[in-house]
Amino acid sequence: MNLSILRPAAPAVTPIESSPGYWSEVFGRVRRDPVALLVAAVILALILMAILGPSILPGDPFTTSMFKRLKPIGTQGFLLGTDELGRDLLSRLMLGARLSLFMGITPVIFAFFIGGAIGVIAGYAGGWINSLIMRTVDVFYAFPSVLLAIAFSGALGAGVNNALISLTLVFVPQVARIAESVTTQVRNRDYIEAARASGAGPWTIIRTQVLGNVLGPIFVFTTGLISVSMILASGLSFLGLGVSPPEPEWGLMLNTLRTAIYTQPLVSALPGAMIFITSISFNVLADRLRSAMAIRS
Amino acid sequence: MLAYIFRRVLLATPILLGVALVCFMLVHMAPGDPLVSVMPPDASEALREQLVQAYGFDKPLPVQFGLWVWHALHGDLGMSIASGRPVTSEVLNAVGFSLRLALLATLIGFVMGSLFGFVGGYFQDSWLDRLASACSAIGVSVPHYWLGMLMVIIFSSQLNWLPATGGGPMGQSAWAWDWAHLQFMILPAITLSVIPTGIIARTIRAQVAETLSQEFIVGLRAKGMGEWGLFLHVVKNAAPTAMAVMGLQIGYLMGGSILVETVFAWPGTGLLLNSAIFQRDLPLLQGTIWVLALFFVALNLLVDILQTLLDPRIKRG
Repeated sequence: MNLSILRPAAPAVTPIESSPGYWSEVFGRVRRDPVALLVAAVILALILMAILGPSILPGDPFTTSMFKRLKPIGTQGFLLGTDELGRDLLSRLMLGARLSLFMGITPVIFAFFIGGAIGVIAGYAGGWINSLIMRTVDVFYAFPSVLLAIAFSGALGAGVNNALISLTLVFVPQVARIAESVTTQVRNRDYIEAARASGAGPWTIIRTQVLGNVLGPIFVFTTGLISVSMILASGLSFLGLGVSPPEPEWGLMLNTLRTAIYTQPLVSALPGAMIFITSISFNVLADRLRSAMAIRS
Repeated sequence: MLAYIFRRVLLATPILLGVALVCFMLVHMAPGDPLVSVMPPDASEALREQLVQAYGFDKPLPVQFGLWVWHALHGDLGMSIASGRPVTSEVLNAVGFSLRLALLATLIGFVMGSLFGFVGGYFQDSWLDRLASACSAIGVSVPHYWLGMLMVIIFSSQLNWLPATGGGPMGQSAWAWDWAHLQFMILPAITLSVIPTGIIARTIRAQVAETLSQEFIVGLRAKGMGEWGLFLHVVKNAAPTAMAVMGLQIGYLMGGSILVETVFAWPGTGLLLNSAIFQRDLPLLQGTIWVLALFFVALNLLVDILQTLLDPRIKRG
């Protein structure tokens, strides 16, 4: 008789070090995902380009020349051609990463903190405070987000700051709604009850018990907004509501190059390609992050 | 049922009031004196007096809001600064163009989205599914104003198949359902349809995958039902959600088409908003946004009610 099958196959005590935490598990999953790594690399490159800015440009992004207007891609000295004022397009696209990323990402960061705070407070407080906040949030859901952004920045007038304010106002209700719904799910759990029973005040409970459990989902939702925010921010500049010339920004460049679609179609489409690459990279990364975080064995 | 519809409409009233408040505040958000914002720069003293009376600028804000809502409900949204015509007639003129465009775009989006969604849901994790989800990811994150430019470059400038801009043949402002007019609508509609295509594809893929994993499918298969019969069951289960998403998309496209309409110079509400922004015509901006938001809320309500009517799984709470 073989007794070995009665013996436990694995050692009864597994060392604690070998069980990875939730976040390292998520990180490990993302690291094994080639698509996620690719888009993360693209985003990293764009951010580097934005940080390094003027120091790595191949040419001068501001010098105009009437004789070098709208040169095709591959012209000597102008790798990606020139724009409608004869400025080096490659340099402008690279420097444009600065303002474009700034205008796309900043509102989302603001919305993460403001909307997150509003949502967590509404979710944890419950009752009439929750109703008051959430019904107000519902009002903003009655506008398509493009329309809301254009309404606010149209009323406030052109300018980078006004565009940032408008976009933040668009995203705050969206983040608040997610934050409220995850906080409401958490607030009646036993450990919150236990903390309350042991005499912790609401702010202590939110800080020590609630935030750790809701920040992850709120964060992932917010990353998903960056893609939309990039399109909207450049869209505002495209309409003349964001950055003003001669500062390079992809949306604005796309607008001014619109006059050249018959003479230099490829050159005129390049700024839009940059917006597209950035937007889809953030979209795919948020998607992969979401699925890496959802599967928790 | 009637009681349910009545209650849903009643529940939407505070939202409508909130929407009106946001639109009302737009004029007050603008830097400077709100009177200057709604007055042509060369306004006479009489017109100035008349505007102060109409808007109630000498009265407290809540009264001004009440006045604005009262006027708006009677179809008076003020005068456009740039054209001097009533905002209401300008908006109603443009709404028809935007609605036609949004309907055609949603229709294209529905057909393409269903195709991608069903293929993705049926052949999960195959290369077809990957292709379909890549297409829908592109659809959601492509800047549609750029896509519009690409369309003009390819189909108007290079191939010369379709007109690049405008809402009909030169010198004709009225719309007609003939090829001379329709050809102007094709490029903007395809451009706009990319967003609903991606969203509808994602929704249908999830619905199909969920339905196929349910036990009744196994049961039907065990009873010997063919794939075609099963497909009809899947369609029946996925339809209500897909319809709801499609309905909402019409509203999103109505309000969100400003950039695409600008690229194609399509004379809808988007182009109207664009010119309102350029000429700092705040009454026109305010009125157009209010009408579009109203349309969006009404559409939401309609979709909600229709969905409850069509889908017995949704309990009327």
